Amino acid sequence: MRNQSAEITKGIDWALVIAYIALVTIGIMSIFATSYRDEAVLNGFLSFKTDYSRQLYYFAICGVLAVFILLTDSKFFTATSNIFYFLGIVLLILVFPFHTDVKGTKSIIRFSGFQLQPAELCKVFVNLALAKYMSSLDLNFKKLKSQLFASSLIILPAILTILQSETGLALVYFSFFLVLYREGLPASVLVIGFAVALLVVLTLLLDQNLLALILTAIAVLFVYVSRREFKRNKGLFLVIVGIWALCVGIQRFAVPYFFSDVLKPYQVQRIYATVGKDFQVDESTLSDADLKKMEERKKAGNYNVKQSKIAIGSGGMFGKGLLKGTQTRYDFVPEQRTDFIFCTIGEGFGFFGSLILLGLYLFMLFRIVNIAERQRSAFARAYAYGVASVFFFHIFINIGMTLGIVPVIGIPLPFMSYGGTALITFTVLLFILIRLDADRQMILR
Amino acid sequence: MSVFNQSRQNVIRVLILVAFIILIIRLLFLQLSSSTYDLLALDNAVSKTIVYPDRGIIFDRKGRSILENTLTYDLMVLPNAVKNLDTAGLCRILNIHPKKFHDRLIGSIIKNGKFRPSVFESAIDTETFVQLQENIFRFEPGFYLQERPARSYPYKAAAHVLGYVGEVDSNILKRTNFYYQMGDYMGLSGLERYYESILMGKRGIRYQVKDNKNRIVGPYEKGVYDSVAVAGRNLNTYLDVELQVLAERLLKNKLGAIVAIEPKTGGILAMASGPTYDPNLLTGSFRKANFSYMLRDTARPLFNRAIKGQYAPGSTIKPMGALIALDEGVITPSFGYGCGGAYRGCNRPIACEHKNPAHAANLRLALANSCNSYFSHIYRMAVDNRQDRNTRLGYTRWKGYMNSFGMGVRLGLDLPSEDKGLITDTSFYNRLYNNSWNSCTNVFLGIGQGEMQATPLQMANLMCIIANKGYYYTPHFVKSIENEDDSDTLLNKFKIRHEVTKIPDTIYNIVQLGMQDVVDRGTAMGARIEGISIAGKTGTAENYGIINGRREKLKNHSWFVCFAPRENPTIAIAVIVENAGFGATWATPMASLMMEKYLKDTLSDTRWKEVERIEGTEIILPIVKMKRNRLDSLRKEKIKVQVKRATAVVDLPNNESDSKHTQQITALHIEAILKDEESIC
Repeated sequence: MRNQSAEITKGIDWALVIAYIALVTIGIMSIFATSYRDEAVLNGFLSFKTDYSRQLYYFAICGVLAVFILLTDSKFFTATSNIFYFLGIVLLILVFPFHTDVKGTKSIIRFSGFQLQPAELCKVFVNLALAKYMSSLDLNFKKLKSQLFASSLIILPAILTILQSETGLALVYFSFFLVLYREGLPASVLVIGFAVALLVVLTLLLDQNLLALILTAIAVLFVYVSRREFKRNKGLFLVIVGIWALCVGIQRFAVPYFFSDVLKPYQVQRIYATVGKDFQVDESTLSDADLKKMEERKKAGNYNVKQSKIAIGSGGMFGKGLLKGTQTRYDFVPEQRTDFIFCTIGEGFGFFGSLILLGLYLFMLFRIVNIAERQRSAFARAYAYGVASVFFFHIFINIGMTLGIVPVIGIPLPFMSYGGTALITFTVLLFILIRLDADRQMILR
Repeated sequence: MSVFNQSRQNVIRVLILVAFIILIIRLLFLQLSSSTYDLLALDNAVSKTIVYPDRGIIFDRKGRSILENTLTYDLMVLPNAVKNLDTAGLCRILNIHPKKFHDRLIGSIIKNGKFRPSVFESAIDTETFVQLQENIFRFEPGFYLQERPARSYPYKAAAHVLGYVGEVDSNILKRTNFYYQMGDYMGLSGLERYYESILMGKRGIRYQVKDNKNRIVGPYEKGVYDSVAVAGRNLNTYLDVELQVLAERLLKNKLGAIVAIEPKTGGILAMASGPTYDPNLLTGSFRKANFSYMLRDTARPLFNRAIKGQYAPGSTIKPMGALIALDEGVITPSFGYGCGGAYRGCNRPIACEHKNPAHAANLRLALANSCNSYFSHIYRMAVDNRQDRNTRLGYTRWKGYMNSFGMGVRLGLDLPSEDKGLITDTSFYNRLYNNSWNSCTNVFLGIGQGEMQATPLQMANLMCIIANKGYYYTPHFVKSIENEDDSDTLLNKFKIRHEVTKIPDTIYNIVQLGMQDVVDRGTAMGARIEGISIAGKTGTAENYGIINGRREKLKNHSWFVCFAPRENPTIAIAVIVENAGFGATWATPMASLMMEKYLKDTLSDTRWKEVERIEGTEIILPIVKMKRNRLDSLRKEKIKVQVKRATAVVDLPNNESDSKHTQQITALHIEAILKDEESIC
C-alpha cells in the first residue's frame, strides 16, 4: 500500500499541481464574488444550487479524475490515443443528429440531465493522437505528406466544430500548429499563415484600392532591390509577381467573397468590431433571422466588451476588494461567470491582482514548456506542447477579449471559467501531462 | 530529429511572453491611465436619491401653526409589475380615458424604464384618494400610493405673507449656482421665500446600488456616504392669526390693505391685502392652473398691496410734517396759523375744510382739524429754512427726514419684493421745472399729495414712530427661529433701534393728543372704542387712472392710520381702501374693529354685525369688474368652442356608455385647455 502510494506521487511536478489548485480556487472565488447574494456562505457552497457550489463539486470530480489519471499507467495513453481520436470524431459526428439547441450552439449532446460537448472534450483526443503520430518511429516530418497528414488530424475536428457553429472552439484546434512548428514544420508555413492573417486584417482596415497600391509599391520595391538577381535567377521575378498577384487577389476577391458568402454576417460584424470598424452590409440580401441575430449579437457583443472594459477599468491599481465590485456583482457584464470571469479579478483586485493572475498563468505555461523540453520521448514532448498551445490560446484570447483587443469568441478561461465540461477537459489535459512527466525516465515510443 | 529544432522552444517562449506583455500593457492602459472607467462604473451602478426633509412650520404669536406640512399622495406605477390589471376600474376612479392611461404608462416606461417606479398621477385629491385607498389592493403591485409632504395652511389665511413653494426652474438653478436640483421645491414668495434657508432644512442623500436592470439592490458601501435629511426649523412670528383672519374678512370685496404693527418691537401683527385668496389653492395638483387664473384677474389677488401698493398718503402725512418742523425747530407746539378756509401763501390757494379762524391756533388744534393751510405753511417753513434760505438744501433735508422715517425707501421687512413708495429728490424738480422752483412748487407735499407715494406698511411704520415717540424697529414677522444661534443673521437687522427725531416726549405728547382729538371729536369718530384712547388720522388720497386712453380722476382712496392705547401703544394700524371715498367712511371703522379685536381679544355681537356689514359691501371700481367679467366669459367661451370642436371630431352614436365617453373626452379637453393657458402664462 505504502509502496503503491509512493509509486503514484513519485515524479509528480508539484509546482504545476499547486498552480492548478490555486487557479481553480481563484476561479471558484471569482464565481462566488459574482453570484453571492447574501445567503449563508457555507450552505451556499454545499447546496449545489449556486454556481460557485456547482463549480466546487466539479472541482471535486476533477480531483477524483486526476487521481485516476495518476494511477493509470502512462503506456495506456500511447496505446489508446488512436482509438480515443476515432471515438472523438465519432462523437463529433454524432452531435449532428443528436444535438440539443442550447443558446444557439449546436454542439451539445444532452442525455438524462447530463450535457456533453464533444468539441470541448475532443481537444484531449486530438492532442493525444497528434502526439502519437509525431512520435511514430517511421515518421519523417520533413516530408510534405506527413506534414499534411498531421495537419489534417487537426483540421478534421476543427471543420466538424465549425459546422456546429462553434467557431471559437474550432479556432482552438489551430493552436496545435504550434506543436507542429516545434516538431519541425517549416517556419515559413506559420509565417505565411500569419502574413495571410495580417493581410486579411489590413483588408478590413484599409481602403481596397489603397491597400492594392501599397502591395504594388512593396512588389516594385522588391523588384528594384533584387533587380541584379534576375540574371542569375530568372524565376525570381515571376515569384515576386506571383506573390503580388496572390496578395491582391486575396485582398480584392477572396476576402470579400469569404466574408459575404462563407461567414455569417454577425461573425463578420464581430471581426469588424474588433478592428474598430462598423460593418456595412446590404441588409436586403439578408434573411430576417440573420438580420435579427446580427442585431442581437451586435448589441450583445458591443455591450459585453464595453461593460467588461468598464468593470476592469474601474478596478484601478488595487481594485475594490472581494464582493465590492459593483459592475461584476450586479450582472452588468453578461456571461460573467463563464467567458468574462477575468472581469471579477480586474475589478475586485485591480491591476495588482490581474498582474498576479497573469503571472500565475505565465508561470504555468513556462513550466509546461520546460517540462516538454525535459521529456525523452517525442510523444510526451509533443503532448506537452499541445497542452501549452491550448492553454496559451485560451488564456490569450479570453483575457484579450475581456480587454477588448480580441474579437468576442466565446472560449473559457482555463481553470477559472464556470462550467463542468471545460474544467474537466483542462484538468484531464493537464494531469495526463503530469502523469507522462512523472514517467519521463521511461522510454515511450 | 527533435534535436534539430531545439532552438524553437525559445521562439515559443518569446511568443508567449510577448502575448502576455501585450495583455499587461492593455491592462495598464485600462486600469491606471484614466478615471473614465471609474466614473462610468459609478454611473452604471450607483444611484443617488435625494431625501427631502420636512419644511419648517410657521407659528403665530400664540403658538398656533399657520403653515404646516401635510401629506399628499402620488399614485405610483411600476410598469414591469403591471399584470392582469383591471384597467377600466382604475380609469374610472382616476376619471381618465383608457387611451390616456395607456399613453401615460408608455410615457413612464420611456422616462424611468420598466423596473423603476414613476409617478402616474401626482397629488391626488382627497375624494380620489379615498376611492383609491379602498381599492388599491386590486391594482397592486403594479400601482401603489406613495406619500409626499406638501404645505398646508390650516387657517386659509395670510396668503401674501406666508407665500408658497414651487418647483425650481432653470433660472433659479443657475442663480443659486446649482445648489438646488431639478424637481426640488423651494419657497417662491412670502416668508417661504425669505426664510427659505431656515425652512428648507438639509437634504439628505442616499446612495444605492442598482443592478443591470436599474433595480435597487441595496445601500452603497453600507451607507457610509449617505447623509441624513435634517428637518427645516420652525419660525415663531408676531402674527395674530385671528386678527389676520379678521383683516382679510374686512377687506373682502374691496381693494386695499391693512397693516397692524406692534410699535415696541416692530412685529407685524397682521398684514392683509384685498382681494386675497386661499393659499391652499397654490398647493397640490391645481397649483399652476389656479396661479395662472389669478395672475390674469384684473383685481390682482396675487398682488400684495400692503407692501407693493403705492398711494398718496393724503392727510395722514400731516403728523410727520409737524415732527419735521418741530425737530428743525421752526415751530413750537404753540405755533398757530390763521387759516381763513384756504392757504394763500402761494399763487394758487389751497382749500381747507375749515373756515373758523381759531381752528389752527396751535399744533394740537391744527392736527385735530387737519388744517391744510397750517401744514402747507409749516412745510414751507421747514423747507425754506432760516439758515441758508436755500430751497434745494432745505428740501434735501426734508427728504432726509422722510427717508429716515422710512418713506421713499424700502423698510426692509422680511418679505421679498417690497416697494419703496416715492419721495423725489431735487434733481426731479430741477428737470421738471428747468431749475426754477421753490417751496411753493411742491407745497402739496405738506398735505400728502403731489410727488409722494407710500405703501400701507410705511404708513403703519410712521404710526409706530409717533407711538414710540421717536424711534422704530424695522417691521418684521418673525420673532424667533427654532434653535437660533449666532450663525442665523437673518433677524439681526430687526433688532436695531432706529432713532429718527430728537424731539422731547412732552412735545410728542402734544402731537399724540392732537391725533387723539381726531378720534375723540374730529373726522375719525367712527374709530372710537369704549375705554380705550386712540390716536389716529384720516386721509383721502386723490388718484388718477387711465380709462379708455384718457387720464381720469378716480374716486379717492380712503386712508386711516392710528395707534392705541395712546398712553402705552401696543398696536399701530394703517388701513387703505381703494376708491372708497372719504377716509372716515370705510377705513376708520375697519381699523377700529381691528384694534378692538386685538386689545380686548374679542368682539361683541354688535361689532361682529358691523364686520359682516363691511364684509358684505363691495367697493370695486366698475371698470375693474367689467374687465374681470370679460376675461371670465372669454375663458368660458374659449373652452366651450374647443369642447364643441372636440366632440364634433369624435363622431359618436347615441347610447349611454358613449355619452359617458363623450364626457370623459370633454373633461380631457378642458384639462388640455387649462394646460394651454398655463403655457401661455
